[in-house]
Amino acid sequence: MEIEHLSVHFPINIGTVRAVDDVNWELRQGEVMGLVGESGCGKSTLGFSILRLLRPPGKIVQGRILYKGRDIVRMPEREILELRGKRIAMIFQDPLTSLNPLFRIDQHFIETLLAHEKGLTRKDAYRRAEEMLESLGISPEKLTEYPHQLSGGMRQRIMIGLGLILGPDLLIADEPTTALDVIVEAQFLDLLADLQKRYHLTIILITHNLGNVAQLADRITVMYGGSIAEVGEAGDIFENPLHPYTQGLLASIPNIKLDQPKLKTMPGSPPDLVDPPQGCVFHPRCPHAMEVCRVKKPGLVKKNGRLISCWLYG
Amino acid sequence: MKNLAKYIVTRLLLTIPMVFILLSIVFIVLRVMPGDPVSSLLGGHAPEHVIEQKREALGLNRPLAVQYVNYLWQICRLDFGESMVFKQRVSKAILEKLPATVELTLCGMLITLFLGVFLGAYAADKRRTARDYGIRLYGIVVYCIPVYWMGLMLQLIFGIWLDILPIAGRTGPRVFASTFEKTGFYILDTILIRDFSALLDILQHLILPSVTLGLVLSGIFVRLTRTNMLDVLRADYIVAAEARGIRHRVIVYKHALKNAFIPILTMMGLQFALLMAGAVLTETTFSWPGMGRLLLERIYLRDYPTIQGIIIVIALFVALVSLVVDIIYAIIDPRVRY
Amino acid sequence: MRFSPAAAMARVISRFTAPAKKYGVEWWILVAGALIILAILVMAMFAEAIAPFSPHDQNTGPQLSPPNRVHLMGTDNLQRDVWSRMVHGSRTILRVAVLAAVISLLIGIPAGLLSGFSGGYLDRTLSLIMDSLYSFPGLILAIAFAAMLGPGVINITLAVSVIYIPTYFRLVRGQTLQIKEELFVEAARAIGASGPVILWRYVFPNVIATTVVVFTLNVADAIMIEAALTYLGLGLPPTIVDWGMDLSMGKKFLPSGQWWMITFPGAMISILALGFTMLGEGLAEILNPRLLER
Repeated sequence: MEIEHLSVHFPINIGTVRAVDDVNWELRQGEVMGLVGESGCGKSTLGFSILRLLRPPGKIVQGRILYKGRDIVRMPEREILELRGKRIAMIFQDPLTSLNPLFRIDQHFIETLLAHEKGLTRKDAYRRAEEMLESLGISPEKLTEYPHQLSGGMRQRIMIGLGLILGPDLLIADEPTTALDVIVEAQFLDLLADLQKRYHLTIILITHNLGNVAQLADRITVMYGGSIAEVGEAGDIFENPLHPYTQGLLASIPNIKLDQPKLKTMPGSPPDLVDPPQGCVFHPRCPHAMEVCRVKKPGLVKKNGRLISCWLYG
Repeated sequence: MKNLAKYIVTRLLLTIPMVFILLSIVFIVLRVMPGDPVSSLLGGHAPEHVIEQKREALGLNRPLAVQYVNYLWQICRLDFGESMVFKQRVSKAILEKLPATVELTLCGMLITLFLGVFLGAYAADKRRTARDYGIRLYGIVVYCIPVYWMGLMLQLIFGIWLDILPIAGRTGPRVFASTFEKTGFYILDTILIRDFSALLDILQHLILPSVTLGLVLSGIFVRLTRTNMLDVLRADYIVAAEARGIRHRVIVYKHALKNAFIPILTMMGLQFALLMAGAVLTETTFSWPGMGRLLLERIYLRDYPTIQGIIIVIALFVALVSLVVDIIYAIIDPRVRY
Repeated sequence: MRFSPAAAMARVISRFTAPAKKYGVEWWILVAGALIILAILVMAMFAEAIAPFSPHDQNTGPQLSPPNRVHLMGTDNLQRDVWSRMVHGSRTILRVAVLAAVISLLIGIPAGLLSGFSGGYLDRTLSLIMDSLYSFPGLILAIAFAAMLGPGVINITLAVSVIYIPTYFRLVRGQTLQIKEELFVEAARAIGASGPVILWRYVFPNVIATTVVVFTLNVADAIMIEAALTYLGLGLPPTIVDWGMDLSMGKKFLPSGQWWMITFPGAMISILALGFTMLGEGLAEILNPRLLER
């Protein structure tokens, strides 16, 4: 998938929030791409825009999202409906609220299947749902239950099940572990890794938790203030973060081995996306800020197999 | 299922104190209020001892507490006493007129629900467009229109100027209710007898009153549905369903509406009271032979037992509807059963 | 200092339109409602000056004549001018509705405060009573009261006021309960005695916004109930000029197509009720957007 010059704006009463600002991005087949950044950096918005699931007043104001030769942004309604769930699937943060409380689990599955495969009978759909649950380690009896009767971890697995039931190539996971406790989180990540290998999935893992990304991701994209800061191989980024923001991010992770009387933080606060700083979005907080950073926004340049948006690197 | 049964029982038990209080209020209003029923009944000039006799006969001279207990006891036995004006048991009088009111109320409610819910869902879907604002305006304006005025205007337009619909009564001059009357629910009765021309006549007479009733109350439901739908449409599971490629109309009218419907149902139970009030006014305007009109008639005649009986029946009805609605709520929303 | 009327006008107008940008449609609804109320208020206060004839004058012109230049809204069967009756009728309905709402408020709010604050059996009993009253059809309750009390302005006002007491009660009680929870935590930090005073100081500001909104909507409702009662022939003697009563009198002439005796009274009732409703709705959205919806 290739994203070119994507901008997503949210016009609200005090101004326009530039959630995603002229982003260029590339996703390779079969990889797990971690999309990280702090809250409000635009990573979730980016994820939502891929399937055009932006909630009003959000709008894609410019750009292209190229997938298998087609531009998702300009796709007609019918095509996008086919795309969703079948080619590209998305799972969300809170599995309890992501499932309709009035529908049983089997109803969720059957509806999804029937929406895409017209000739399917309910019985067959039910069977496929059963198979999916089994492959996820859930007893098929749970199909007749309601979402609130299941545990959090089970619900999240059902979310994955719903996402994968039609056999998509790409799975977008938006903060999938934020609502889970640590043990369930670990199980979930293992499951995700397993599924990825089994189904040859491409996964976009959107999270603010660097630990998740360290475990699963092949490549990592770091976003800040609506723009991409750095993209690179996971190991590279962790060992040798180039962008000052990434450096700050990694440095602020508490390390139990170090004797840290005071945790390292980054000065300043996240940018106001209605009125972002001129030039490089990060410059007010950057320890290496130069004159040019205040004036011009840096583009994405290639360096040592990495993509980086910073004037330090040309 | 066991949870459901438990819920129903609990809810039933809760109804009893409410009914009790309602009955007490009715008692207080009708007995303790100023205004002597007997002297008004006999005309202001009846001699003192005649008034006393009548009071004694009606049991109005006994201490209030005794009257109260008697009153409650009678109601438990569903004995509403005898009319003061006609030689007729109150319960009989009420039962005669009850089906007419129920028929009218049900039709009105159906219209309200249909109009209100679908307009509300549509408005929520087309949020912030001209259609949305138009529908919201409709909601506010319609509620401010008095039911009886709406009725009169509709009568004027459709009954007098256009002359296509009848404006009074349940049946026309050539249809005789006695030929098919069985349950009192004329729609049912005529279908049972297969008298379809009578059915048509019945329906024609039903249109204006029920539309009147239904229209005025639809405003509340439009606004309520819209509000609930807006909330529901913001929910995560809606986005999740969208992400699975489910069509927009299905999402709005199946997923969202079903969730939004629950508070609407509850509101319906609460609005039933308004419906009854509206029915009284509509019946008077359309000369509809129901309980509402009976109530007014008897008020003019100062027939206290009947007045009391009708109000009690209405109170019981309201309590019953509230109970039924809560139970249906529990059936639809599995979360309520804990 | 030069006084420029144009500039002054522009300032006044901008004061009016400025909030619109912040609140959008709701502001206009509020303004519209307020204007309607103002217009009818003026009508009520200056009825003698505005109405061309006396509402009781049975000799103003031909009987049952449709609207024309002399009689803007026509005449009724007693040769009275309908427009004059409309103008004078505004006084009656406004008086009853507003007064009834005030009485409800004066009884309901202290009751709610008391109930919420004391808790226990008193609270539970009062709540049960209020809930039962609340669930009962208001109009029918009013009918019962009006029937028992007999005709008269005070009587009908009382009859109408009873219906809304539970509304204020519930409102205030709910708020009181909320504050009470927070308050006891504060009390633990030894603010000192005078619980009721603190309650007063904490509860009231929160409640006032909601109360004002409820009050306006209450008046709108009271207008409808008053008109309904008089339409049914209860509550007021025929000597008083009232829109609802005119409606019931005009009803007789419907079959002969004489529409002006019904159309205008009903329209007036609707407009006045609409005015208060719009004011209330607009206020609600503006004072507390969370209150209704967005």
